[in-house]
Amino acid sequence: MASLEQNTDNTAVLIQNLTRKFGKFVAVDNINLTVSRGEIFGFLGANGAGKTTAIRMLCGILRSSGGNAWVAGIDINKKPELVKRKIGYMSQKFSLYNDLTISENLTFYGGIYGLKRKVISQRSRDLLDRLKLVGFRNRMTGALPLGYKQRLALGCSVLHRPRVLFLDEPTGGVDPVARREFWDLIYELSDQGTTIFVTTHYMDEAEYCNRVSIMDQGRIIALGKPTELKQEHNVKTMQEVFFDVVQPVIT
Amino acid sequence: MKRILAIARKEFLHILRDPRSLAVSILMPLMMVLLYGFAIDMDLKNIRVGVLDFNRSAESRSFINEMVSSGFIVESARLSNRKEIEPGFRQNKYRAVIIFPADFSLSLVKDPVTQIQIILDGADGTSAATVANYLNAVTSRINLSYAKEDFGLDILPIETRTRVLFNPELRSAHFIVPGLAALIMMMICALLTSIAIAREKETGTMEQILTTPVVAPQVIIGKIFPYMVIAALDATLIFLVGKFVFGVPMNGSWFALAGYSLIFILIALSLGLLISSVAKTQQVALIAALMITLLPTLLLSGFIFPIASMPAVLQYVSRVIPATYYLEIIRGIILKGVNWYPRMGGILTGMSLFLIILAIKRFKTRLD
Repeated sequence: MASLEQNTDNTAVLIQNLTRKFGKFVAVDNINLTVSRGEIFGFLGANGAGKTTAIRMLCGILRSSGGNAWVAGIDINKKPELVKRKIGYMSQKFSLYNDLTISENLTFYGGIYGLKRKVISQRSRDLLDRLKLVGFRNRMTGALPLGYKQRLALGCSVLHRPRVLFLDEPTGGVDPVARREFWDLIYELSDQGTTIFVTTHYMDEAEYCNRVSIMDQGRIIALGKPTELKQEHNVKTMQEVFFDVVQPVIT
Repeated sequence: MKRILAIARKEFLHILRDPRSLAVSILMPLMMVLLYGFAIDMDLKNIRVGVLDFNRSAESRSFINEMVSSGFIVESARLSNRKEIEPGFRQNKYRAVIIFPADFSLSLVKDPVTQIQIILDGADGTSAATVANYLNAVTSRINLSYAKEDFGLDILPIETRTRVLFNPELRSAHFIVPGLAALIMMMICALLTSIAIAREKETGTMEQILTTPVVAPQVIIGKIFPYMVIAALDATLIFLVGKFVFGVPMNGSWFALAGYSLIFILIALSLGLLISSVAKTQQVALIAALMITLLPTLLLSGFIFPIASMPAVLQYVSRVIPATYYLEIIRGIILKGVNWYPRMGGILTGMSLFLIILAIKRFKTRLD
């Protein structure tokens, strides 16, 4: 058993034997992980592998059935409310308000994170610029293309400058150009010291990550740098690594 | 505080961005008070009564004249035999039939007691009872005039002189409009907030909010506030309609009315939020809000049926229905001009606090 002490400032996420059961179904089965500060960590796996459940536990909105985790040094089981101050979360389903404009959405999230009005307007202006949404700030969110919505969702989740950012399939359903632009933003955030914990279906995106883990049926079955994993499995792409490790579902 | 304001502001924007719902939440109460105010008019006017007069004398005619003179009753059919009575009831020609026997005038002179027969339509029990009461009153008036004539009596040993306070004309509108106000406010407020949280669960925005450091009291209070404004507007409209359309007098203080109404509104809004934080979908929330508010408020608050005449069990139930207290308070303010209700006001305040706290406790900041 590893020491429960979180000794280095350099660890952003520490997961130990984290488990979540729904009835008899084990969604997350005893996983262990360490993610360093500023790292872009790819949390890969097929649909239903347990990625979203794991992320929800790390965000403090789902109770764990066993094990523990520390996010930005805070115990997720003991102080979930404190964890929420340190993290940003963007869910796989677009979940901002369609009947609010872009800047109203930003102002709302700034408000519920408890930021001062002045800070909100300054950071919003800055973010709109970086997200290339300045011209759309008074548009109704519901009327925007998905790519724009997802950039806005990213903006809302980083307005309070979180230490760790959880992105659950942030680029699902978006065209390759928009995905590329989205990843540019992720790199920018990572350069500023934000730890990125991202799930994705796209194996080309997996190549952009510093390190990845592959999850299958609730367990982590592969972990390492993309280059290492490819070498290990003697293949050229992450896609092939994925096919190699994930057992085919027999139907 | 900043977080409460952020949520309240956002809720306001939702309301403003949805003009259709806004119109419904303001026009619906208005329509309801107008419709029900006219429909639940318990004053009987122009009650149709059929006459079967086998006697055809001056005496029977004067009885009929006395009967119709007040305007409550109109003679709608003149029958010639008993066989015609029932078909007339079936065709809704009249609510009652009054029958004078052939020896009516003779019997008046000869017998100590003379009988006339009244046949009532029991299908509408309330009206039947009112008609019977009214006809009895007519009969005793006529009895009295015969007594004076025959025995030269000018005074009777006991005479009841009834004087009705607070609603001297016994207009049912004066009684019903406050009840309607309670019913409509309870229902609309609970419906308004019942979807406020359920909607966010359905669209997935709740999950996003839960990942922020916002806590339950901030969400609940932030969400109540905007609806409070709409509900206050609704209440104002209802009472204005009561005063200017139905002519309900205002004997008490508008401030007292506003104060107690705000407490009542708070109860209804918190109840809606409580339902919303438990329900998983908007539909479930709406139906639950309707069930919990409509029937108990309508039937058990003393709105239509007096609490004193309920079975003991239901009397206890009526004590946990907020509208019971609110109704008594506003009827008191409006009709009696009594503005201060420390006990009932306290009970209502307690109920509102209890429901808000319960809603906060039931609102989970986790998904499971």
